[in-house]
Amino acid sequence: MARALNAGLRDALESDDKVLLIGEDIGLLGGVFRVTDGLRKDFGEDRVVTSPLGEAGIVGSAIGLALAGYRPVCEIQFDGFVFPAMNQIITQLAKYRHRSGGRVALPVVIRIPVGGGIGAIEHHSESPEAYFVHTPGLRVLCPSTAQDAYDLLGQAIRCDDPVIFLEPKRSYWAKGDLDPGAEPMDMQRSRVVRPGTDLTLVTYGALVPVAVQAAGILADAGREAEVIDLRSLSPIDDATVVASVRRTGRLVIVHEAAQTGGIGGELAARVQAQAFYELEAPILRVTGYDTPYPASRLEQDWLPNVDRILDACEFSFAQ
Amino acid sequence: MVVAIVGAMTEQLPVADPWQVLDSAGNLRPDGRVPTGADALDLRAAYRDMVLARRVDTEAIALQRQGELGLWPSMLGQEGAQVGAGSALKTQDVVFPTYREHAVAWCFGVDPVQLLGLFRGTTMGGWDPRERNFHLYTLVIGAQTLHAVGYAMGLVRDGAVGTGDAERDRAVLVFLGDGALSEGETNEAFVWAAAQHLPVVFFCQNNQWAISAPFSVQSRVPAADRAKGYGFPGVRVDGNDVIACHAVTREALANARAGGGPTLIEAVTYRRNPHTTSDDDLRYRAGSENDVWAARDPIDRLRSLLTGPGAPQPIDAAFLADLDGEQEELAVRLRAGCRALPVPEPGDPFRHTLASMPRDLARQMDEHLAFVAAADGERS
Repeated sequence: MARALNAGLRDALESDDKVLLIGEDIGLLGGVFRVTDGLRKDFGEDRVVTSPLGEAGIVGSAIGLALAGYRPVCEIQFDGFVFPAMNQIITQLAKYRHRSGGRVALPVVIRIPVGGGIGAIEHHSESPEAYFVHTPGLRVLCPSTAQDAYDLLGQAIRCDDPVIFLEPKRSYWAKGDLDPGAEPMDMQRSRVVRPGTDLTLVTYGALVPVAVQAAGILADAGREAEVIDLRSLSPIDDATVVASVRRTGRLVIVHEAAQTGGIGGELAARVQAQAFYELEAPILRVTGYDTPYPASRLEQDWLPNVDRILDACEFSFAQ
Repeated sequence: MVVAIVGAMTEQLPVADPWQVLDSAGNLRPDGRVPTGADALDLRAAYRDMVLARRVDTEAIALQRQGELGLWPSMLGQEGAQVGAGSALKTQDVVFPTYREHAVAWCFGVDPVQLLGLFRGTTMGGWDPRERNFHLYTLVIGAQTLHAVGYAMGLVRDGAVGTGDAERDRAVLVFLGDGALSEGETNEAFVWAAAQHLPVVFFCQNNQWAISAPFSVQSRVPAADRAKGYGFPGVRVDGNDVIACHAVTREALANARAGGGPTLIEAVTYRRNPHTTSDDDLRYRAGSENDVWAARDPIDRLRSLLTGPGAPQPIDAAFLADLDGEQEELAVRLRAGCRALPVPEPGDPFRHTLASMPRDLARQMDEHLAFVAAADGERS
């Protein structure tokens, strides 16, 4: 996936000379995950900008660049380091279009590696998506495959709204096919990645392959789970989820982020409002717990995994 | 901390040797550090601008008292700093204001009626920032310093800096107050501007008070002294001397346009009114301070110069009478304009959140509009 993102950035830099990249260590190093590898050499330091160490500065200057007609793509080094930039993101970036009465667009993309499961130290495994989803004026995307990473990144850069682009870091090394010429699907739509009739499993990012794996085990036991990859967390494509739940009657939502105030609660509220009478069981959530992200020796069982997903599905079927 | 605040009430007001060419009594005193003389500024125009901008401020306060505005942050006493800086701009330059730059807006041609909307509750902005490169008022302290830095990065990449063509080269002028000096974002902006040698001028109006906190809470050194630590020049100017403010801003902008990098200007002035119309300044400062600064008034001192013997550009009774008439016309226009500011449509917040409205937001808007229509029906 990291290479697909690199290809997406390269294509954007080639096709629009107003696109530039800005972030810590993204130049000669290519970023700590090497997503910008080689781009400094090919596009120069004016377009692949190694920034001073300051996340508010990265986002704040990106806003100024956007006001000057540029389309900056920011890299925040890790999920846990985005918080110094939250003031700029929430009070400025998200609100500028509204403040200007719809006159001024801020086409800024903020790429953030997110999520755990890589044995990292504190602040390097977090899932901050709900903060952004709760902020009107932002779009929030999260790809789960190499193809989506490429497609969604290109769409995010071309979009006139600010986009928070969450890159599941566990997936950086995952291999997948990439066809840069393929027609991308609407970036606001979720995707049914595995059709099924008995239960709907909804997730995004690094947990999509985990959910698919769980669905495979359920299939061996004669239960067909439909797996939906949300792709867009804001806006949320609840229509696809509701349509699925109307058929299956059961819904399990899976995410790494803490449970309370998370995407799962929002989705559950929308589904019960639209498919109340079709539900055969309570809507269930399999999520990270309401604790700070644990020390990495504990993360394997703390994170939603195949077994925890299967437990929830079993509970749902028992209703 | 308590000692520092109590001390600020009594200590000598901090105006240690700022650059100045027009003293409080209206005497011209050449100062070798000030890069241009009185002849570099159209003094009559500067006087007119200060007087009319002050009238905007006075009328806005009156409109707040009448309930036409919810709030107004007065700039009384800061006209010298703002007109000095504002008159140094070229049309191709770019301004990032705080929320108190009413006189800069005036100098840059923003209709003062448009300044009122934010405080009347008809808009969050009020003007199109692209029309005159005067960006929207920013309420979060210091946030705009980084926008200025980013814009300046854009100017460098546009090739609009250091070409040697005075009509083409551009610079960014960003305003901040003494309170903003303590914000992390302001310090990041200084770091970025220095490291990238950006065409940005930081104009700090040190008006001595960040709401109730005196300057001593923010800094142990003059604001201008901080610039050296970042690696660019800092200038401390008498903020109530419109001539000196103009001269140093003109020089700093010319330097920035030419590719000479950033400058921090500290204009030492005083916020004569409370922070806003909702504030009660006598809870934290002595009224006698105001008397000291009233005696240093930027308008009075320029009028003394221009009406005195040997005035470089004299003004007479007819000029002042014309200006009085102009003030009255402006006041009438402001009052009428304020009351005529259009109230936004209930659907506008939904329409202006994103470039295209997502399906669920459209559903929320429909629900809200139906509610508003029903409520309007019940009320009528």
